[in-house]
Amino acid sequence: MARFTPLEWPVLRQFRTGDATGRGPSVTSERTRTMRPRTEDADRVAQSVCPYCAVGCGQLVYAKDDKVIQIEGDPDSPVSRGRLCPKGAASEQLVNSTGRQTTVLYRAPKAKDWQSLDLDTAMDMIADRFLEARRNHWEDVDEAGRPLNRTMGIASLGGATLDNEENYLIKKLFTAAGSVQIENQARI
Amino acid sequence: MGNADCIVIQGSNMAECHPVGFQWVAEAKARGARVIHVDPRFTRTTAVADRHVPIRAGSDIVLLGALINHVLSNGLWFDEYVKAFTNAATVINDAYGDPEDLEGLFSGFDAETGAYDPASWAYAKADGSGEPAEPGEESQQDPTLQHPNCVFQILRRHYARYTPEMVTEACGISAEDFAFLADTVTENSGRERTTCFAYAVGWTQHSQGAQYIRTASILQLLLGNMGRPGGGIMALRGHATIQGSTDIPTLFNLLPGYLPMPKAGVHDTLEDYLDSVGTKDQKGFWANADAYTVSLLKAWWGDAATEDNDFAYDNLPRLTGPHGTYQTVMRMLDDEVDGFFILGQNPAVGSANGRMQRRGMSHLKWLVVRDFSLIESATWWKDGPEIESGEMRTEDIDTEVFFMPAANHTEKAGSFTQTQRMVQWRHQAVHPPDDATSELQFFHDLGLRIRERLADSGDPRDRPLLDLTWDYPVDEDGEPDPESVLAEINGRHLTGEAAGEPLSAFTQMRADGSTSGGCWIYSGIYADGVNHAARRKPGREQDEVASEWAWAWPANRRILYNRASADAEGQPWSERKKYMWWDAEAGKWSGKDVSDFPADRAPDAVPDRSLGGPEALTGTDAFIMQPDGKAWLFAPTGMIDGPLPTHYEAQESPVENPLYPQQQSPSRITFARDDNLSAPSAGHAGAGVYPYVFTTYRLTEHHTAGGMSRWLPYLSELQPEMFCEVSPQLAAERGLEPYGWATLVSPRAVIEARVLITRRMMPLTVAGNTVHQIGLPYHWAVGREAVITGDSANDLIGISLDPNVQIQDSKTGSCDIIPGRRPRGAEAQRLVDEYIERSGASVEAEARRISAPGVREGTETPLDEAHPQEGDPAEAGESHALRAEQDAGDHRKRTPREDQR
Amino acid sequence: MSRTAAWEDPSAELHWEDQAQPRKGFFTDTSICIGCKACEVACKEWNRNPTDGSFELLESSYDNTGALGANTWRHVAFVEQDRDRITAARESGRQLVSLGMPGVGPPESAPSAGGAAEPPDLLAALEGGEQMDLTPPDTDEFRWLMSSDVCKHCTHAGCLDVCPTGALFRTEFGTVVVQADVCNGCGTCVAGCPFGVIERRDDGTVHPKAEREGAQRVEQDIPHQGTANKCTLCYDRMVVGETPACAKTCPTTSIKYGDHEDMVETAEARVRELHDRGMTEARLYGANPDDGVGGIGSVFLLLDEPEVYGLPPDPRVATKDLPQMYAAAGLAAAGMLAGVAAAFLGSRR
Repeated sequence: MARFTPLEWPVLRQFRTGDATGRGPSVTSERTRTMRPRTEDADRVAQSVCPYCAVGCGQLVYAKDDKVIQIEGDPDSPVSRGRLCPKGAASEQLVNSTGRQTTVLYRAPKAKDWQSLDLDTAMDMIADRFLEARRNHWEDVDEAGRPLNRTMGIASLGGATLDNEENYLIKKLFTAAGSVQIENQARI
Repeated sequence: MGNADCIVIQGSNMAECHPVGFQWVAEAKARGARVIHVDPRFTRTTAVADRHVPIRAGSDIVLLGALINHVLSNGLWFDEYVKAFTNAATVINDAYGDPEDLEGLFSGFDAETGAYDPASWAYAKADGSGEPAEPGEESQQDPTLQHPNCVFQILRRHYARYTPEMVTEACGISAEDFAFLADTVTENSGRERTTCFAYAVGWTQHSQGAQYIRTASILQLLLGNMGRPGGGIMALRGHATIQGSTDIPTLFNLLPGYLPMPKAGVHDTLEDYLDSVGTKDQKGFWANADAYTVSLLKAWWGDAATEDNDFAYDNLPRLTGPHGTYQTVMRMLDDEVDGFFILGQNPAVGSANGRMQRRGMSHLKWLVVRDFSLIESATWWKDGPEIESGEMRTEDIDTEVFFMPAANHTEKAGSFTQTQRMVQWRHQAVHPPDDATSELQFFHDLGLRIRERLADSGDPRDRPLLDLTWDYPVDEDGEPDPESVLAEINGRHLTGEAAGEPLSAFTQMRADGSTSGGCWIYSGIYADGVNHAARRKPGREQDEVASEWAWAWPANRRILYNRASADAEGQPWSERKKYMWWDAEAGKWSGKDVSDFPADRAPDAVPDRSLGGPEALTGTDAFIMQPDGKAWLFAPTGMIDGPLPTHYEAQESPVENPLYPQQQSPSRITFARDDNLSAPSAGHAGAGVYPYVFTTYRLTEHHTAGGMSRWLPYLSELQPEMFCEVSPQLAAERGLEPYGWATLVSPRAVIEARVLITRRMMPLTVAGNTVHQIGLPYHWAVGREAVITGDSANDLIGISLDPNVQIQDSKTGSCDIIPGRRPRGAEAQRLVDEYIERSGASVEAEARRISAPGVREGTETPLDEAHPQEGDPAEAGESHALRAEQDAGDHRKRTPREDQR
Repeated sequence: MSRTAAWEDPSAELHWEDQAQPRKGFFTDTSICIGCKACEVACKEWNRNPTDGSFELLESSYDNTGALGANTWRHVAFVEQDRDRITAARESGRQLVSLGMPGVGPPESAPSAGGAAEPPDLLAALEGGEQMDLTPPDTDEFRWLMSSDVCKHCTHAGCLDVCPTGALFRTEFGTVVVQADVCNGCGTCVAGCPFGVIERRDDGTVHPKAEREGAQRVEQDIPHQGTANKCTLCYDRMVVGETPACAKTCPTTSIKYGDHEDMVETAEARVRELHDRGMTEARLYGANPDDGVGGIGSVFLLLDEPEVYGLPPDPRVATKDLPQMYAAAGLAAAGMLAGVAAAFLGSRR
């Protein structure tokens, strides 16, 4: 807060600045006079891509103290030239959504509600179940004796919203595990 | 698109679903281009188009076929282009029979299995005998296009009855609208001008969606609008990297780079596999499929993949038919699937026949949902519609559910591939909160844990997991380095001086195990160890091609088949449409883009065909992925449901097929089950019980099943409630009140929606009857977690699939609409059942595939009895020529006709 | 100050001195609006404004935020029209031209240069020498108008003139901005705005529909509760030369931002171009310095009468004649003083 000075009294400013009707600089508050866009506070600006449709609009993600403070179109992008649709423009609300669930939840068989679970335990449980399902539904050969080398006990759906690198690891791991029922939105 | 002189948007609501992409349409329009919107509804796209052509949902092939007929009947095709670059002159073998002669079916149909044997669609031998040619063999050509069995003449006969009158009859489009469309498209095609088509799921989500796109391709080829600036057929895809997830597929039928997953009985050995994917004697780049395949196997299994063990080919599991998401749901219902991962999708809302999806999940032993919020696919067991109705009780459901929070796009680095095949890298801005992780970390970690548990296993079935290359560097948070994955996808030299160095192009891949590479079409993205997807030279500092912004596959090429942008002699078709041309002095192709043609292949080159592969391409074989180097007006292989697009009515239709006795596509995939019944088609008793057509779609303000929009107040307030759009006439007919409630009933479900009465919906007169169409956005769902909720349109939809790509028909369905809210509890299902009973819909009726009376007599070519549905080209989404290509290879080797020889 | 001078530089008399800037404003070209509402979202997101809706259909086509208000500073209207209405609009627009309404000059053969909107701009694209189809369009059976409304940043701003606290001020860019830290929520400005733009923000609590028991409430911060709120033209972005959030995001450049003079010029060129194409329904709104608010800072191109979009056809600021009123009041006061003095003098007699 600036130190008080009588010269900043609105009435005095009104006459000092020549803004006789008191509708211009004489009535601006300290907050107004020092106003800057919050993007200037960012300690990091990452070039990114909109996560919604497949146009691939460029985004600039402004972050401060490891928190996203603003997302805007990237004017450098030859695809989008800095523009975003309502969904792209709402991306900041997407990433900072109050409706986001950021901890692991587990629902036991027949349970009426969720319970909390730590991440490591959940990963172990999933790995155990994965191997069990793989074993339970393993098929070495078909009825004609031709090789199948697969399991039909595990399926997955998703990928069109993930990264190429993620899809690659998913396909690689599932295929090596013998799982073939891998699908994504492209089929829907 | 900004370079087009005419843009036809059909099967897409581009301004609403791709608003930022629409700026290029707006810009073309400001330059003077005509924009025509062909759509059942008047949408926000229509509002800024020059003309709206209202069409009955599901009749697009009639309209496009009539445009083809218009072009052929009035001498409007681009003769030089057609002769130089398409298979118009190729003669088809004598055994081919057209639907014109076979009551709407092609030759080769097996009424028992419901599948075609494509053998009779083959090219004719070059010797003039009329016998089918072998794959890769020279075929008979008639450059005058006069031979009665040449593709050009077959095309003429096939579409002769697709007239403007037929368009009026079948599509409800006036003669005046058709004339406007036909004139505008043809006037804006040729040397000086180009027309572009844009489509989206309005074309793909039909039981013959792939054929919709084929029809447009044929038209665009006849008009010379492919491979040229401002031309083409633009697929507008709906998810950030739905293209990437098809290229590097999380799809059952594909390996990375559109290599097929091996099928039992077809691809039992590596040799079988390679022979079927691309033979060494065929033209074009698929001839090198061995190099792509072996490099992939080396990338996955490293030193364990050796020449002696066929590069660990047997580590790949085998298909025995379609294992698509809908087939998997049926298997869930039969308790044959234990565990299910849902990764950033919401099938409880976004997939057809929602009740079946949710009930399927209730049969699982365990379910892992990875998302940002508690989407309906994570909570159906406590607040889904079946809990509400009492059909399922939470305390009876044994499924374990894990909700694993996901990192969002700002919390991880990685690449998305957008709709024009451009791969763009995202940099990480912040760390994920709490337990949220990327899929990269989740699956890497899961892989480590699985391998740890199997470390001591001697079981050979565990070798593929234990031998898997899985050594990605991780940071202090356990996040694998995504660039290390990208580098693996790009590929490396494994031997020699360059060992360890990244490949710079897929042409460096070898079949001898000396290279690795996880996805051949992405090779070059990490050339010289540089992440080319992260290139960010501002667009305004580049020309319109902007080739230094990110990277497009293949080889950073922005327009595919760009050889066709020049004439047969290699000169630009016109100064105005100049793109690539032959620089005779330099002896190479030059221009604005990366040439996808061999750079030094002169326009007049005619290499020895027996060279095979890219070396065998002549100077006019612009379609470099095709085994004959030509664009296929007629597809001798690759399409399950016929070599030429033919109009059939949708699975549910209030209209009798005006062209053929065969009502629906004979080779469509249906699931005749109690929980997936179809409304009777026109002509059957009970058809009037579900008298209206409904079509589903997106709104600008929401995203798919709502997981990324219904949790956001800013988007939720803009479109807060589920509604249906109806015409004033239909509202009057059914007594619907503006913004009141309506109940919609299909044979699958009953839902309710607020009523939006608007002149933007208009009844059409089809075959003398009024057809009312009802519009339903599909973003809402029953649950308790989202900011806004409502009934889900996808619950109404039944599952019937395109046999080529296994995509469901969600753009046309039959329903009834009545005023008021839907019944609650058990009453809801009672209402559905009462309608079914009245309509006579049944599993037995569902199983009847053929309505053409004389079919069996007409079609007696040999059949492939072993695997009726296999060999589905089944790339999902849209048909890139590339993919259709690969599928082509797939079929050829296993046709019984060849086996008989 | 003359009308034209105020129109060109409404800040002139406020003595911004070395901080003075050319007047800035919007040109909203509704003829290319696709109704995507990106402007509404980008505005709320940048300004951290709470949601406005009741999360129920407003019964107004695709519009569910209703009108400009304390939270919604960009608002997209949707209007469905039939052929008769289109014909009438075409005729009324044609007549405006023949009457020589400002900004709607007689058709010229070549459109003049585009404004300051970011390149490559739609109008700039016109100048590439491409052949243009100038056939007048058929009159459609039906049309769907979309238009993004915003604060007009009037030359004579009623809200500003009546603000008793100095919370409202005219910036160095000629725009009108409320200072939330000064505003005491008296609401005088609300009555002073002839467009119904400015509004006091309540506590903003939005409840999901009552029928959904146990559902989450929409948790949101409500900044500046109880104060008057409206579009600032993103004053905090303008001070560093950034484009306002709505104009930056607009996918089709329907919302353009720049020097007011350029915006008006661009708008006039666009109207001429549309008239040349036979779309005589096009007309400008707010580009007339002689109107009841002295012209506005955010001009619009409309395709029908303003009322159709919910805009007043003849907005009039109550304080427009304030200077004259002051003069008259001054005279009266002087007269009174004289009278009083006379009375005193008289009494001393």
